[in-house]
Amino acid sequence: MKAMRYLFGALWAVAFVLGLVGVWQRVTHGHELAGYGSYVVWGLWVAAYAYFVGLSAGSFLFAALVNVLDVKILKPLTRIALWTSLVSIGVAMVAVLLDLGHMSRAFKVFTSANFSSMMTWMTWLYTAFAILLALVGWFMYRENERMVKALFTIGIPLAIAFPGGGGALFATLSAKPYWHQPLYPVFFVVGALVSGGALLAALAALVWPRRTEMIRLAGKIVLGLIAVDLLLEWAEYSIPLWYGVSPEKEVLMQVLTGPYWWVFWIVHILLGCAVPVMLLMMKPASPTAVGLAGALTAVTFLAVRLNIVIPGQVTPELQGLENAFSDNRLTFAYSPTTHEWLVVLFLAALGIGALWLGARFLPLINTKEVQQDERAA
Amino acid sequence: MAGKKLPPLPAAATLPEADVLLRMMADMRRALAKPVSERRWVMVIDQRKCIGCHACTISCIAENKLPPGVVYRPVIEQESGTYPHVARTFLPRPCMQCDNPPCVPVCPVEATFKRPDGIVEVNYDQCIGCRYCIAACPYNARTFDFGDYYTKSTPGGVQAYEKAATFEYGKKRARDHEASPVGNARKCHFCLHRLEEGMPPACTTTCVGRATYFGDANDPESLVHELIGSPNIQVLKPEANTKPRVYYLV
Repeated sequence: MKAMRYLFGALWAVAFVLGLVGVWQRVTHGHELAGYGSYVVWGLWVAAYAYFVGLSAGSFLFAALVNVLDVKILKPLTRIALWTSLVSIGVAMVAVLLDLGHMSRAFKVFTSANFSSMMTWMTWLYTAFAILLALVGWFMYRENERMVKALFTIGIPLAIAFPGGGGALFATLSAKPYWHQPLYPVFFVVGALVSGGALLAALAALVWPRRTEMIRLAGKIVLGLIAVDLLLEWAEYSIPLWYGVSPEKEVLMQVLTGPYWWVFWIVHILLGCAVPVMLLMMKPASPTAVGLAGALTAVTFLAVRLNIVIPGQVTPELQGLENAFSDNRLTFAYSPTTHEWLVVLFLAALGIGALWLGARFLPLINTKEVQQDERAA
Repeated sequence: MAGKKLPPLPAAATLPEADVLLRMMADMRRALAKPVSERRWVMVIDQRKCIGCHACTISCIAENKLPPGVVYRPVIEQESGTYPHVARTFLPRPCMQCDNPPCVPVCPVEATFKRPDGIVEVNYDQCIGCRYCIAACPYNARTFDFGDYYTKSTPGGVQAYEKAATFEYGKKRARDHEASPVGNARKCHFCLHRLEEGMPPACTTTCVGRATYFGDANDPESLVHELIGSPNIQVLKPEANTKPRVYYLV
């Protein structure tokens, strides 16, 4: 166990150092080393942003619902869920900040806000959410249960609004038929719940492997959420593809059979859905199985985000535009560069590091409620 | 010594064989005499006359000192038919300066807006470089300035001409590391800085086949007013409901 811990620590340190190289490159070279261009204008970092926002909203909704609905078995997870939520929203903001052309002007979203833009709404909602999280933390520390419950109740619509708004950020763009669909905001909320819930199931298995009932219930929730997510995905793909004549057919076929087919089939469907579903159904009370299933679903959800952000941009708005002017920024093909992956490695290391610091120094796991609960058990 | 008294020159623009540019410039002088909100700048591109020489693309790059990856007016080449019955047409694609622009409401910081004369402007000092507007344009008419240089990896390093100042939107900006317009969304602005001085956009002036026309559609005497009344006038993607100000004669 100790050896595993050292190995994990060493891997984390390598990831963090490599990630810092990526951030240093970003600061010194601007966007020069990035693989996205003017046609595929949002790349891996925007997908990472959507991914971490999902984790944040999902973890919070999990904690809030558990508390508002008073699901006793899962209650010990509340604090760790809140910390995960805060860390994830922070990491998402770092991702989007690094993606900006002028990082130093980010504050303008507050000082010159344009409320017709979904992006403005998102930034303001994230801020409101971060303030709410801080308040929940504060009142928890003060042991003011009434305020905590009230804030959770306010937080639920907020935590539905911001991943939903994240979906709307893409869906409101009528120029992109792949994104421009009413299902997207719903898809994002469910996606948030799947990835956030799965991460918490993994954390539960890691922290409390002996709490069989907690593990079993967390696993069941993840299983149900994966099913709902797959149902929505079926709707998303089957409707435009059914007769094979819709304008979205080309993009959807790119996802299913294009050069990155494996992102959908291997990473998302096999590793993110099929394997976790099998593990959860075959060994519903095993902490290893539930932990692995949760971790797989949570990590591979980045593939879902990538398959939202990138395919929406790979078809020219005007046919022939790809050949009109030759430049490597003016193509409709995109694959992330090493530099972009290094920055994502930094984001992941940042998140994992902050989670570990929280678990180590904040009263997240060994709390009074958990001790009481253990005594009662 | 006193100069010889000469009769005034005839107004060249009124002669039937005069270059159409002279007429457009006369149209522009009338427009510029009006308040800015009464001007309605539009562009008309005659696809039947376009020979696909790309002079407009290049003159635009020269005029606005565009770096690699930034292009305001590419010319799309389209082929139709099968041999021996084939045709080639060319579609120059500037910014459409839409009256219902999808790029404007998406900007989180109001850095891009519609001017009273109809041109969609980008305030480079306000733009945060989020690229939402680029994703929102149904014509791919916006590009991002990545801060690249054509001559960066050459033995002599970045050449001075690549750092020459641009005068877009009437402001002098030397190209320097991360200073705007590096890190900003950029697009065609009908060469606003030239218009204000009475000169047509660079693409219009340099068009070899005189296939690009420019002027004030609010002026019934103008050439563009006459052209957009033609039965063979079209806009790109009318179904997008963007109400473009660039028209095509087909």
